[in-house]
Amino acid sequence: MSKIKEGYYLRPEYEFPFCPGCGHTNLLKYLDIAMGKLNLDPKKNVIVTDIGCIGLSDRFFNVNAFHGLHGRSITYACGIKMANPELTVITLMGDGGLGIGGAHFLNAAKRNIDITVIVANNFNFGMTGGEHSVTTPFGGKTSSSFLGNIEHPLDACEIVKAVNGGFAARTTVFEKDVTDILMEALKFKGFSLVDCWEYCTAYYVPRNKFNKAEMMKILDLYQLKTGIVHKNERPEYIQNYNDNYVTGAKKLFQKGKPFLSVEYQNNITKQTGVIVAGAAGQKIKSSATIFGNAALISGLYATQKDDYPITVMTGHSISELILNNSDINYSEITNPDYLIIIDIEGLNKVKHFLPKLTNSQLILVDTSLRDKLPSTEAKVVSFPFQKTSMSFDKGSIAILALTTFLGYTKIFPVDSLKLAVEKTQKDEIAKLNYRAIEEGLKLLDGAKA
Amino acid sequence: MLEFLDGNEAVSRAAVDAGCKYFAGYPITPATQILLEMMRLMPANDGFAIQAEDEIASIGFCIGASMAGKKSMTATSGPGLSLYSENIGLAIMGETPLVIVDVQRHGPATGSATKDGASDIQFVRWGTSGGYPIIALSPSTIGEAYTYTIYSFNLAEVFRSPVFLMSSKEIAITRERIDWSTIEKPKIIDRLKYQGDGNFLPFNFEKLEDIPPFLEYGKEHIVRYTTSTHGKDGELLTTPEKIQEMMDHLNTKIDEDKVCKYFPHAVISDDTEADIVVIAYGITARSALEAVKIAKEKGKNIKLIKLGLLWPCPEKRILKAIGNANLVLIPEMNNGHYALEIERIVKSSTGGKQVIRINRMDTKLVSPQQILEKII
Repeated sequence: MSKIKEGYYLRPEYEFPFCPGCGHTNLLKYLDIAMGKLNLDPKKNVIVTDIGCIGLSDRFFNVNAFHGLHGRSITYACGIKMANPELTVITLMGDGGLGIGGAHFLNAAKRNIDITVIVANNFNFGMTGGEHSVTTPFGGKTSSSFLGNIEHPLDACEIVKAVNGGFAARTTVFEKDVTDILMEALKFKGFSLVDCWEYCTAYYVPRNKFNKAEMMKILDLYQLKTGIVHKNERPEYIQNYNDNYVTGAKKLFQKGKPFLSVEYQNNITKQTGVIVAGAAGQKIKSSATIFGNAALISGLYATQKDDYPITVMTGHSISELILNNSDINYSEITNPDYLIIIDIEGLNKVKHFLPKLTNSQLILVDTSLRDKLPSTEAKVVSFPFQKTSMSFDKGSIAILALTTFLGYTKIFPVDSLKLAVEKTQKDEIAKLNYRAIEEGLKLLDGAKA
Repeated sequence: MLEFLDGNEAVSRAAVDAGCKYFAGYPITPATQILLEMMRLMPANDGFAIQAEDEIASIGFCIGASMAGKKSMTATSGPGLSLYSENIGLAIMGETPLVIVDVQRHGPATGSATKDGASDIQFVRWGTSGGYPIIALSPSTIGEAYTYTIYSFNLAEVFRSPVFLMSSKEIAITRERIDWSTIEKPKIIDRLKYQGDGNFLPFNFEKLEDIPPFLEYGKEHIVRYTTSTHGKDGELLTTPEKIQEMMDHLNTKIDEDKVCKYFPHAVISDDTEADIVVIAYGITARSALEAVKIAKEKGKNIKLIKLGLLWPCPEKRILKAIGNANLVLIPEMNNGHYALEIERIVKSSTGGKQVIRINRMDTKLVSPQQILEKII
């Protein structure tokens, strides 16, 4: 232990708890000087520590502190910074934390978020008994690689560079410029890393007869430079967020969605299930939503549930709509009142219903599928949905078929569908929808004739 | 004021209305739409939203943002919740206000990603080391999803605790009619801020069950946050008596009566005595409501006890609602998670009550018929 002498932010009532010769003691003193020289406001400064011996460090500083889970320090630091960009946020972690939190390190660097990550790199896990870490050199002896490490070490600076991060420096506690490098990192507007090489005198040093010369040999062996090895001044993440998302979203989403009100009546007398069965690309889901909105405008309660494969551009697309004059508690259709079948993919998904249907139930089916229907007692009416929609826009087939369905059954007025389009769709889509509604009604004329 | 909306949209809108200013999430069915909505809503409402690199970062970001003073929310489903686990413990230990929306799906593991289930009911309660209390609310409709989200924020603020909103696939992505003129919008409550000018203690309490006044980073006092065993001053603790005191504090700061003071929908039931009660929560409560309606028409003396609060288990209120009933049904879309609580509570009461579990794990909703079969 070494008594803390007067520093800038170090708390003199504490003693550093680190082993004799451990690099952490010097690193923290350098950090204190760097912060002091930059005259950082302790109340606007947060030190976030990871797990490991270095994780004990936040308490020695008279600044804000956050001590959390292993490898996750960078996530807390980023959260703090995003919530209050005025704060200077410093993460102190070991090479253990660098490994377990690798994804966070990589992504923070990639985002170029303005935090400073200091890795107290002593080539092994000091706190748990000296196991190998992501920075243990090949052949390095640790408790979990006692015959010599068979993995090669990770170069943290190179990762920052690989993801186009802002700033990366490497140094050792033996260098004279550690404070200067830390100051440069703290001043940098963007992500900054200081990979500081140290001794772990409890484990790595005795197990490997490690000394300064050996440390220098590793630098040579892996051709690693010291000092500031990478600097790329590009816009910082939060600045990018403000410039792009805040400005963009405020422009795009000024007004909320308009509310609907009841403007039409309906002829629904009991809970009614409608299934639209089609294929990917037929806009089943969005058309069913327009239909649902129209039901609301007609004074109904409605639910809509969709089913489609996770590979959305292929296979079936089914929407289940339930209509009622009061709350719909059980939102599953076990026996549909109406089936609208417009594609073979949809038919294959819903044909299990058909044998159970009775003559009070109705199927609207595309003309081309009429012969493919399994035998059923339900009333079946066919319309050339596919052929008609192909003539102007095949993506309009669902809204077209739903129009024909409404016109045929008169469960609520087609005008409500038009109003739903007007209220919920952008002009370009609305134009197509109106055309589809028109064509859907024409099919009805044909049926009558 | 009608809309044809789904639960994920309702939750996102509620978050904004509750004063949420920070969201981090990672795409996962069926919770993804909350991430997308928040990416749209946060920047337009002076907030910050981010798609994180994974669920661990999502909740880590939120915890950091919450300690910097922002009301924060994240949303996920079962597999993501598993990754939240260690940070849920951290939020409990660090007394961090945080709303976690769990849009449950059919589990375990990857399960059926697009299908419904109530897979996480016990998981949210016991899903992190230590087993200290959390709060979990369970909406049944999208209107409740809106209202309970706001309550979730209030409770997170009041109790400095993670609060789970237990949605599920059916509530989250089935559209339904919502009439905003009938939707309750609770009064917004913000965390109690430290007002003194003396020595700020970040985890201070006088009585064990008190909630420590909060101060965010960047204000007039230094804030020390640690989730290692700590004292009121945020310094590490090694004295056993003091550690016990701290853990007793975490164990008593959340209880049924305290939570119910801020959340009036813990147990919804009428005051009448019934022979048969159906206890249900989430989407299943709606099937139960339908079943009870039909059973009543057939002359059964039956009622529904709908649970809006799952954790802490509102056992006093459940027991009171059960009254003298001799048959208790508990339908669930899992293998009997909350039945464990109900059986425990019923056992502690007098009179030979029979508890019947109804469990459905085939991804379909429990049907009213399934419940009726046990009654009629």
